[in-house]
Amino acid sequence: MTQPLKAKIAYDDVEVGTELPPRTFPVDRAALVRYAGASGDFNPIHWNERFAKEVGLPDVIAHGMFTMAEAIRAVTDWTGDPGALVEYRVRFTRPVVVPDDDRGAVIEVGGTVAAKLDDNTVRVDLLVTSAGQKVLGMARAVVRLA
Amino acid sequence: MALDQSFVGRTYPPTAPYEVGREKIREFAEAVGDDNPAYTDPEAAKALGHPDVIAPPTFVFAITFKAAGQVVEDPQLGLDYSRVVHGDQRFAYVRPVRAGDRLAVTSTIEAIKSVAGKEILDIRGEVHDEAGEHVVTAWTKLVARAAEEG
Repeated sequence: MTQPLKAKIAYDDVEVGTELPPRTFPVDRAALVRYAGASGDFNPIHWNERFAKEVGLPDVIAHGMFTMAEAIRAVTDWTGDPGALVEYRVRFTRPVVVPDDDRGAVIEVGGTVAAKLDDNTVRVDLLVTSAGQKVLGMARAVVRLA
Repeated sequence: MALDQSFVGRTYPPTAPYEVGREKIREFAEAVGDDNPAYTDPEAAKALGHPDVIAPPTFVFAITFKAAGQVVEDPQLGLDYSRVVHGDQRFAYVRPVRAGDRLAVTSTIEAIKSVAGKEILDIRGEVHDEAGEHVVTAWTKLVARAAEEG
């Protein structure tokens, strides 16, 4: 990597335990339709309540990849440069249920610096919940700081 | 029926290149509600050292998952896709995907496991640009529930 990095956060300014600003991301049915179109994932469990219930889900659920996309914003907005991301992984443990009402659901994201690594990189562990329950497990990012 | 272990290590031919467009990146960024200017404003991206607008970190999944279709739909493997859920997802980035990239994906079956009646399939997608440079690797774990009896 030879490109200059202009991350807002300096490696020397963080320590293990440093918390990222907590974030909340709303998600409603319209957001899921928009995401289906943009991502090409038209699985009806993400927009068709009748189908979702037929396959045993409580209601329409968000795309796991939508939740993954929201969660990393806690990190990319913290560093400023999304290109500073080195690694990102999640486990889809529980669906984000999105009811057909005026509110939809909310994805809440917290992040903590869990380790300081080589080359000015840190590992951030993410806690991602919706309706008070963890929806992603092992959600971790490695990001290069300034 | 358990998936054939002999498929572990099988690599499928690289996909035809996917050309990453600025407006597709913009559409994706808007769909996830992310207003980081590096995704839409070439000048903002250049100020960060990127030659053109970059894509949000999970954008490339649309490309690697389509490529994984070669595996998922391989009749010889015989995966019942109607029972499949996405278990885990991981990306390791050499550099961000950016507008103008022409990306080819090479998919490999990394592991096949049977755990408690579930079939677990790990697929690795190596993404290279037109110059053959490695851009990102995506690992996708798919879990197929056991077929019900009767």
